[in-house]
Amino acid sequence: MRAELEGSGLEVSGVAVTLGGNQVLHDVDLAVAPGETVGLIGPNGAGKTTLLRAVLGLLNPDTGTVRIAGSPPRGARGRLGYVPQKHEFAWDFPITVGAAVLNARTATRWMGGPRKADREAAARAVDRVGLADLATRPIGALSGGQRQRVLVARALAREPGLLLLDEPFTGVDVPTQELLVGLLAQLAEEGTAILMTTHDLAQARAVCTRLCLLNRTVVADGPPSRLDDPALWLRAFGVAESELLLTGTAKETA
Amino acid sequence: MIEWLTEPWQLAFMQRAFAVALISAVVCVVVGAFVVLRGMAFIGDAVAHAVFPGVAVGFVLHANLSLTGAAAGIITAVAIALISQTRRLNEDTVIGIFWAGSFGLGIVIVSTQDAYTGDLTSFLFGQILALGDGDVIAVAVVGAVLVALTFLLRRQLIAVSLDRETAKASGLPVLVLDMVLYAMVTAAIVVALQAVGNVLVLALLVTPAATARMGTERLGTMTAVACVLAAFGSIAGLYISYHYNLAAGGMIVLVLTGMFLLAWLAAPKHGLLWKRRSKEAAAPAAQ
Repeated sequence: MRAELEGSGLEVSGVAVTLGGNQVLHDVDLAVAPGETVGLIGPNGAGKTTLLRAVLGLLNPDTGTVRIAGSPPRGARGRLGYVPQKHEFAWDFPITVGAAVLNARTATRWMGGPRKADREAAARAVDRVGLADLATRPIGALSGGQRQRVLVARALAREPGLLLLDEPFTGVDVPTQELLVGLLAQLAEEGTAILMTTHDLAQARAVCTRLCLLNRTVVADGPPSRLDDPALWLRAFGVAESELLLTGTAKETA
Repeated sequence: MIEWLTEPWQLAFMQRAFAVALISAVVCVVVGAFVVLRGMAFIGDAVAHAVFPGVAVGFVLHANLSLTGAAAGIITAVAIALISQTRRLNEDTVIGIFWAGSFGLGIVIVSTQDAYTGDLTSFLFGQILALGDGDVIAVAVVGAVLVALTFLLRRQLIAVSLDRETAKASGLPVLVLDMVLYAMVTAAIVVALQAVGNVLVLALLVTPAATARMGTERLGTMTAVACVLAAFGSIAGLYISYHYNLAAGGMIVLVLTGMFLLAWLAAPKHGLLWKRRSKEAAAPAAQ
């Protein structure tokens, strides 16, 4: 399996991160191969967002390495697509859906305007999240689900090899959840490596080919079928069910 | 009526005043759009006040007041950007400290001088009726550079305004872009100081952009509308000031503020009157 990862996907090994004097992550090993969808689950404060930030190159680990397609994060920026949480985004900025998506692709170009390929990639991304009819609408006028779709389209406009999503199912309507599940499956099929943090175990089971339980380090890593009895699995690693917000989501799949 | 409009244009000092007022209005609006959209109005205020000790130092040293003022403003802006990186202190707190600190420094420097009135008061309250041709050219050149820079960097500035983390992850030098924006704000403020003075400059930076935001949904239209509003406000303010012998800088700011209040009441969709009317229209339907 390791050999398969050479030259593509994500490989995190032995990563430790200290923030403000507290060790947030230690000895984290995690690999995501192209075509794989890995769900990062764990209680609040387990270090999920910190791990994403390390993969994005937004913070430097104390020890260990992050490799994306064989390069450190800063050398692989062109291959990265990041879908932040909705509240991280300035929804009151006066810009249309289409322009916001195009900007995600062209912001790193200092000279010259958007090229034909840029416009096409942006239009394709808007189309894939089902917002083609709303492309000229201002982003401030969108619902929660539509906003999540804009963030996904912004990441897809960069045509990433590795897609990182932070809580993509939180505060999102059912049609958008269904669209995202289908879209992520399609992207995986096309060979995209996908890593997402989530609280939503039902959705995690629906999309992920592997689940990683994180609590400062990776305490379990396995197929979603382990969640047939999540309580047992979680308890084995000292994580209380309530911490994972199991309420409701487990019932939905039952 | 026509004479009312044409009379001021026959005077050279009024021609220069119109030119500087128009240029300051446009420059402040173009840069000010980002100030409003990123909720940075307070930093504009801090920089405007930080310019004051720089002007005072320039006065003491008999140096160019605009240059020393700009230097002080940029130093303060960079210090605010760096110190607010620590995350331990809220940006507003850091800005508040520098805002008061630099104004205090200015007052102390001024108090060491026996006679300071002329040049220094004109910087506090504007000197738009006493400008030379050199001032007009300097304002035009700096203004053109600022507008061009904003245009060239618009995609990057938009990306950082939309989402800092994603912008950083995609490789944009976010901190450098912040400092460039702060420096541009400082330069716009120094330009506009000539027109409305240190105390009122924030109005030119923030009010027209905020007024335009009430009724527009795209950055391009918002900036264009704000430019028209600011230009109209500046010219109208100068006319009123000329004919009724009122303070020019103050009058410009009052017209701009009046337009903001009108927009707040009457803007399509977001205005107060509009909301009330649509609420009334919706109420019977709901019953």
